Amino acid sequence: MADLTTTFAGIKSPNPFWLASAPPTDKAYNVIRAYQAGWGGVVWKTLGEAGPPVVNVNGPRYGALHGADRRVIGFNNIELITDRPLELNLQEIKQVKRDWKDRALVVSLMVPCEEEAWKAILKQVEETEADGVELNFGCPHGMSERGMGSAVGQVPDYVEMVTRWCKQHSRMPVIVKLTPNISDIRAPARAAKRGGADAVSLINTINSIIGVDLDAMTIAPSTDGKGTHGGYCGPAVKPIAMNMVAEIARDAETRGIPISGIGGVTTWRDAAEFMTLGAGNVQVCTAAMVYGFRIVEEMITGLSEWMDGKGHTSTADFIGGAIPNVTDWQYLNLDYAVKARIDQDKCISCGRCHIACEDTSHQAITAMVDGKRRFEVIDEECVGCNLCASVCPVEDCITMEPITGLDPRTGREVGRSYSNWTTHPNNPNRKAAE
Amino acid sequence: MALAGQVGGNCPKGANGSPIEFDLHAPLTGHQARVEAERCYYCYDAPCTTACPTSIDIPLFIRQISTGNELGAAKTILDSNIMGAMCARVCPTEQLCEQACVRNTAEDKPVTIGLLQRHATDALFDDGRQLYGVGAPTGKTVAIVGAGPAGLACGHALARLGHAVTIFEGRAKSGGLNEYGIAAYKAAGGIAAREVDYILGVGGIEVKHDTRLGRDISLDLLRSQFDAVFLGMGLGGVNAVGIPGEGLAGVEDAVGFIAALRQGVPAPVGRRVVVIGGGMTAIDVAVQARLTGAEDVTIVYRGAESAMKASPYEREVARSRDVRIKTGLRPKAIVGEGGRVMAVEFAYADGRDETCVIPADQVFKAVGQSFLAGDGASALALDGGRIAVDAGRATSLPGVFAGGDCAAGGQDLTVAAVEDGKIAALSIDSYLRA
Repeated sequence: MADLTTTFAGIKSPNPFWLASAPPTDKAYNVIRAYQAGWGGVVWKTLGEAGPPVVNVNGPRYGALHGADRRVIGFNNIELITDRPLELNLQEIKQVKRDWKDRALVVSLMVPCEEEAWKAILKQVEETEADGVELNFGCPHGMSERGMGSAVGQVPDYVEMVTRWCKQHSRMPVIVKLTPNISDIRAPARAAKRGGADAVSLINTINSIIGVDLDAMTIAPSTDGKGTHGGYCGPAVKPIAMNMVAEIARDAETRGIPISGIGGVTTWRDAAEFMTLGAGNVQVCTAAMVYGFRIVEEMITGLSEWMDGKGHTSTADFIGGAIPNVTDWQYLNLDYAVKARIDQDKCISCGRCHIACEDTSHQAITAMVDGKRRFEVIDEECVGCNLCASVCPVEDCITMEPITGLDPRTGREVGRSYSNWTTHPNNPNRKAAE
Repeated sequence: MALAGQVGGNCPKGANGSPIEFDLHAPLTGHQARVEAERCYYCYDAPCTTACPTSIDIPLFIRQISTGNELGAAKTILDSNIMGAMCARVCPTEQLCEQACVRNTAEDKPVTIGLLQRHATDALFDDGRQLYGVGAPTGKTVAIVGAGPAGLACGHALARLGHAVTIFEGRAKSGGLNEYGIAAYKAAGGIAAREVDYILGVGGIEVKHDTRLGRDISLDLLRSQFDAVFLGMGLGGVNAVGIPGEGLAGVEDAVGFIAALRQGVPAPVGRRVVVIGGGMTAIDVAVQARLTGAEDVTIVYRGAESAMKASPYEREVARSRDVRIKTGLRPKAIVGEGGRVMAVEFAYADGRDETCVIPADQVFKAVGQSFLAGDGASALALDGGRIAVDAGRATSLPGVFAGGDCAAGGQDLTVAAVEDGKIAALSIDSYLRA
């Protein structure tokens, strides 16, 4: 069985599956259950400064976006950082770390943007012997109204400043958690790196309204008839998160910084995808909240099986493996062409490929051949867009096959060479072909 | 072949231990309906719709259910088939819409369209909202003979088009076979009568009961008093088996027994019952006999089981109720003693020189019904013993139209009768406006 041990920003854990700072890591009881279930590490739910803790609403904190059969595909929350006393959390962290030395235990922090505040709490966390800290610059609701969370994360100068304080006042590894509620994720990532961050983690949740109650004319979750935007997460945000991870992984300034991938990780496959895009490990919240901690068993066994099948002996073998193939549009090969191919033995004749193509794309799939219901690709019209394969309910029934030679649609030779937009005759800014 | 749904429905016991009403196609709960609706692929040019004699837009109504729009779903159904509620229960869906479902191809398990249709139409009837009204009056009058599926569908469509409709019905109640000829367990909860009430709720339709063509009124009279006539009187004759002993006490027509049970008329049931026939009526009477106390019920069919008109699903329903089905036996004689039936003697259809004697104290004849032209329709051209009609359901007499079981070329199905009524209404409308 493949070795799943990872060392992330100097922190060792038996597998790359950590629980993100969130309700599942709110207290010792939950964290111990998570370790018992097999999680490699946890990021303890965000601690605030000493004094009276924050309070949460006493109404619903969560809202869900459901897919077919009420599967949760998106989730949001308006919960704040821990509402338990700082001292209690610190005592529990110290005890848990003492009892579970082989697991990673990172403490998430969010205090006001003042050096003394950070200095004070870092000292307290250090005394627990936790493995590191994660700076919560991400929460988009509640705390941001008080100048914390994403209010910091959205200003790269603040990110850099606070990160620098933390590195100055602590010997612990510092992970900076980034907010996706920003136009270019590379800016805060670069700032974190300039500030000396050991790693970044992303994404935190996305500003969201999960739903509207059409009877009450309020949004969900509703507190006594009023609602506020919450932080959005779950499988639906995974593509957004993966893009941001890849952006940082391949940026010249941040390349090589350890990244903890967060956003909709539900299965081993999701984790593997994040990791091939440069994440050194992953953090999970929604999937655990929906299904319980035992999902980590599927993740561990699934990743091991896959690694064994691919001959990977450690996670380092594939971390960042897909990054060389992530590029800019202008470098995509315009001499490459595919055509949709429908496996007639697998086709169940639902006709969705036809109507999708007919109504919204390139009129390249028949509905009728020789008076019979039959769906065939018209190569003369097919641009290889992948819409049909995307909407087909049967796996691998429609595939996109590369062609070589004359493309019957364009009459151009394809599949034998490489040329891209930078040298294309239609590009007014083209460079001369070499 | 996989069965469309769980055979047998539910047969719960009432508080005093007596069986409460048995409902073969028990309704889906809201949750079940939502889960099932989400299985629909929303096919293009959907095969289920093509397979439906009334062309209900099935993907649309299922999508409406999945979004919580049950009343919209009901309107989609009733727009195409005003008897959608009964058809949801009596249609051989496993041979029509559900047989065409593309889910069969990959999973051998169609979307349970019939149950979803029941779910939507039940919701409408429970809500009580009337979706239809009469059209602007045309001043034209139409006489309809028979308040069965064909006549009611025709009358409903004509009323919506603004014509004044009078339905002449030979029996005391409207509904035709839905009221008198379908087993009680397929029409639980008084649904046939509720549906008739809903249909007549459109307005503009007068029903004269106990008024039979050929006895109380004549076709000539109707032609002289109305601008057009639609004949939908069904099949008035019950076929004889044509063997000795049919006159013995205990030998009964299946249709009479079913009608008696439906109308709450005491109908004695034997201990050992033999049903002669192989169609839906044979199944209905056999299952009803079992449900009302017969110990031993045998359906005997002359041909191979695969040649039976009762579908595999119907046969499974019978077997699940401990009804035996014996095939390849031709009735030879009904044997009696003291004027009462004692047994039925059969010859083997394979020609072997033996007979098979099945003891019975009650015998039901279910060998089909026939059209009795002598009941006032003798002036019409016939085709195969039924009224000859063209594609628009016009008969050989100007201004006289026909549909349902009394017209040639039909399928002897409720849903086909409804379609006949719909088509005839459009033809009559054109005829009246010409």
